[in-house]
Amino acid sequence: MASLISLSKVTKTYRLDGGVEVQALRGIDLKIKEKEFVSIIGPSGSGKSTLMHIIGILDSPSTGLVELEGKNVGKLPEEKLAELRNKHIGFVFQAFNLLPRTSALDNVELPLIYSGVSATERIRRAEEALKIVGLAERMNHTPAQLSGGQQQRVAIARALITKPSLILADEPTGNLDSKAGDEIVSLLKELNAKGNTIVLVTHELEIAKKAKRIVQMKDGVIISDKKI
Amino acid sequence: MIPTGEILKLSIQSLLRNKTRSLLTMLGIIIGVSAVILLVSIGQGLQSYITNQFESLGTNVVMVLPGKFGAGGGVATTAHSVFVSKLSLNDVERISKLGSPIEMVGASIESTSNVSYAGKSRYTTIGGFSAEYLKMMNLSAASGRVYTDADDRVSKNVVDLGQTLAPKLFGSGNPLGKSVTIGGQKFRVIGVLNKFGSSGFGVDTNEFAIMPLTTAQKLFGLKSVQSIGVKAKDKDSIPVVINMVKKELGKRLKDDEFSVVDSSNLLQTINQVLSVLTLALGGIAAISLLVGGVGIMNIMLVSVTERTREVGLRKAVGAKPKDILYQFLIEAIVLSLGGGLIGVIIGSLGAWGLSNFIETTVTWWSILLSFGVSALIGIIFGVAPAARASKLNPIEALKYE
Repeated sequence: MASLISLSKVTKTYRLDGGVEVQALRGIDLKIKEKEFVSIIGPSGSGKSTLMHIIGILDSPSTGLVELEGKNVGKLPEEKLAELRNKHIGFVFQAFNLLPRTSALDNVELPLIYSGVSATERIRRAEEALKIVGLAERMNHTPAQLSGGQQQRVAIARALITKPSLILADEPTGNLDSKAGDEIVSLLKELNAKGNTIVLVTHELEIAKKAKRIVQMKDGVIISDKKI
Repeated sequence: MIPTGEILKLSIQSLLRNKTRSLLTMLGIIIGVSAVILLVSIGQGLQSYITNQFESLGTNVVMVLPGKFGAGGGVATTAHSVFVSKLSLNDVERISKLGSPIEMVGASIESTSNVSYAGKSRYTTIGGFSAEYLKMMNLSAASGRVYTDADDRVSKNVVDLGQTLAPKLFGSGNPLGKSVTIGGQKFRVIGVLNKFGSSGFGVDTNEFAIMPLTTAQKLFGLKSVQSIGVKAKDKDSIPVVINMVKKELGKRLKDDEFSVVDSSNLLQTINQVLSVLTLALGGIAAISLLVGGVGIMNIMLVSVTERTREVGLRKAVGAKPKDILYQFLIEAIVLSLGGGLIGVIIGSLGAWGLSNFIETTVTWWSILLSFGVSALIGIIFGVAPAARASKLNPIEALKYE
């Protein structure tokens, strides 16, 4: 099976305000195939956030090659990257990042606005996505009227709505208690069983173990990559 | 890029999420625009009031006024000018003897006094008009009669009351034949006038009481007249008439003791003054619009900072820099245009309310100007915050606390 996303010899160097250079990634080779459920684990400062930004094509590598479905996405203009993110990547963040005072339905349809889908089609698909995450009864609730776990479900529905190639979850349980966190991980497993490719970034081994493959990082390199 | 309609919807949703703030942000523009509409409507009202006043004198009329008109002297038609006027009835007679193309010569004075009847009293303008002057103004009686030249020659104590003055003194009763007291003297009411002239700016010509010129001179102890109206045969002969009158009066009076102007001349001068006034009022209002625009920019900058994470999220899910730029720009324009719309409504309502007291005219150009300026302010002051938002790095923006 062809790789969905493939990184070879990827490095990323940041120049801090003082002029000091920090090498966040030092030669990463990683291939993620369709329908995989991969967790990326490592302590803070290990470069896992930088790796996630590059996989999510929010950022470009300093050197090396990044291919999404066989196409080089290394040095594309910002407009083109936005288009690719819209089409291929669904983001789930630790802090949910829902728009305040905005209904679950309006939050979920947001990515579709930027892909030019008509309003009626957007609502239909947003309703569908909210049903998948089990929030059919709370479509018109605003984030303030929802629990943390429910807010993260709305965010997952938002990630699902464009039918992306890859769902990228960055510490999705970090702001939740263990019960709600488990529910979110179960939901991600469920989505993976339905055929969605999922990359889960976390620093908790317990959470990482729920995936089918664990990629462990330290000091900007992958130190282990094993299937469970 | 996504369609403008969608961006407009996004912008309005964002503004509605902060209703109070949006309204307060618009306040500067609301005040600025309503000030423009109101002040310009007052200026325009003043202009049309004065134009009407002059048109009531009829066409082809040349006015002789005391003093030097237009050169520091201003418009010498106030009651005060009576006391400095060197024009006399003798001048009126000499001008009328000049003959063709002069058709008619009339004279007037105006002063103020109490008019009272049976305990009721009104402080109003007393017009002393010669019979010819009445003809030039097309004055006629609604009931009774207007005084004649014969009354004027013997300085009879008779008075005609303005249409709105009569009911204020007599209620629903018939004023004809009754005696009113003006300046301590008794005058017999011989008629009530038809509506004439216009009302506005605290002077309602229909509240005048008018009496023969010589009667008024006696009442106010005057030998002079305040203005002389000279009616020319037609428009073309106006320059000839002006020359004739100037030459005749020049025999007796010094150059700076009288002015001869035709009504179009006079109107032009007054309109020039009023245009400057209108522009000045508009300028003051424009400054408040500018302040309103800066207010919008300030709030938009705060809003961009506050919504950094929102911008990050939108970019992460596929918003292009231009989508973000237009969203914030349109938010600023909606704020300023919304403020403009509310300002136009408030300004027009204010002008309508004021029209009970003074004449106001809401003009289309002031409304269009206000809208145009509002939109422009939205664009000018919205660009900087919107550009800042569109340039945010999505990774940094998502991490922003």
